Amino acid sequence: MKVIVKGRARGKILKTDMPINFLGSVDKTTGVISDEKHELSGMPFKNTILVFPHGVGSSVGAYTIYSLKSCDAAPYAMICKKADITVASGCALANIPLVIASEEEYERLQSGQEMTLDTDSGKL
Amino acid sequence: MELTREEEQALKGEHGETMETAYRILVAIGEATNAERLVPIQWAHLSGVNYNTIGDAGEEFLAKLSQTAKVKVMTTVNPMGFDFDKVDNYNLSDEFVQKQRSIKESYERMGVIPSFSCIPYEIFDMPQDGTQVSFAESNAAIYANSVGHLKTNKESAFSALASALTGKSPYSDLRKDDKPNLTIRMKVDDANEMTMGMLGYFAGKIADNSVSISGVKEMDRRSCKSLCGGMGTSGRCGKFFLEDTPGSEHVDFDKKEAQNVFDELNTAERGDIVTLGSPQLGLGELTDLSSLLKGRSFTKRCMVFCPRSVQEQARKIGYTNEIERAGCEILSDCCTCLTPLVDKNEIDSVTTNSIKGAYYLQHSTGVDVNLKSLSQIVKEETR
Repeated sequence: MKVIVKGRARGKILKTDMPINFLGSVDKTTGVISDEKHELSGMPFKNTILVFPHGVGSSVGAYTIYSLKSCDAAPYAMICKKADITVASGCALANIPLVIASEEEYERLQSGQEMTLDTDSGKL
Repeated sequence: MELTREEEQALKGEHGETMETAYRILVAIGEATNAERLVPIQWAHLSGVNYNTIGDAGEEFLAKLSQTAKVKVMTTVNPMGFDFDKVDNYNLSDEFVQKQRSIKESYERMGVIPSFSCIPYEIFDMPQDGTQVSFAESNAAIYANSVGHLKTNKESAFSALASALTGKSPYSDLRKDDKPNLTIRMKVDDANEMTMGMLGYFAGKIADNSVSISGVKEMDRRSCKSLCGGMGTSGRCGKFFLEDTPGSEHVDFDKKEAQNVFDELNTAERGDIVTLGSPQLGLGELTDLSSLLKGRSFTKRCMVFCPRSVQEQARKIGYTNEIERAGCEILSDCCTCLTPLVDKNEIDSVTTNSIKGAYYLQHSTGVDVNLKSLSQIVKEETR
């Protein structure tokens, strides 16, 4: 794994294989995916370890991530397959740990699993 | 990422809290995009101006930041929620107007040019080829890299802000001239701006950082902006080359792919109103519109979004006469996407030629969308 924003978190994994558009499809105060076509539609991010391939869409999505943290609706941490600037900068400002998983690590993570993420440990 | 001694000190907080935050963001995106160092930039373009999109958390963040922070390079900004000149014509809450005013004033306090436009590449003089800039607003970043001969990451609202405050940005892959590993072959005949927007949307979904597009010889302004807007909406891609890159993987964009994008974004048979401009219209497009509308009038409300400087120029030349006579409202400082002026309590559906507009109208404003090219809109929605 590669560490983008350092930190520690413990929680249940919420995983999707669909990219997330933080501006277009996430409610910035509740952290629920509002896009009905999305696999995680209706699922709140709050207090999860959110696992998704990468962010897409508007650059303003970074504000959504910051807003989620301010509204106490943010995930404990995020794990992506590829990095994108919107998610990286949103997590950096909001102090949400963010790591990029290798293909193999990413495949191993399953929704519902309890996990501890410690970016100092160097592995997932 | 390697930092200079001064950059290290800033990251440790020795130059104050603002610089520490800015460098923390730059380092995170540098790590995320495999940058080896930071480079100086000459122009930053910020997104995150509309109260609709950044909300209370964003408004409060900017109000606090602007008490001490100042931009170090020329900095321009995206559209906000509405046009202050015409705010009384719309049923906006006092809270929205007051929060939007606060955001506007925070940016101005930091020394930002109040441009409120998503097409900075059309309203400011372009720096010389190869200049490093830092553009949030995805269509502008893609345009700058692919057509404007500038170099920028596809920045986020915070990374461009961090660049504005430090005058620096990570030297990531997009700033280098690496060739893409994917070529999309345009196979649709008689492509108009909507087809190009759909091609962009399709490309954004399957391309990585950058993509080649073959089979497109020339694009008019409208098509080019639509392609950039569509591409920025659906994916991470921040640059295209109009060529066939030898050795890359090839994917066709045929009628079938165009139809799939159309079916995904077109959710209504008709629109209650028409909106034009996402990205905003430039002077050339207002000229086209004024000649297309000669002698014709819209049968429903039509909102035309363009930058304020463009509206002023168009008004002097006289292009706005025909457009307003045809029943259009010309609005500045805001855009089709995420404007609170399109109220889902009053409007079920919108007709637009914008792929980017279509996506955000549906997903964020919550209205259905009827997609049509501009020529079709003029033909079918006017008499």
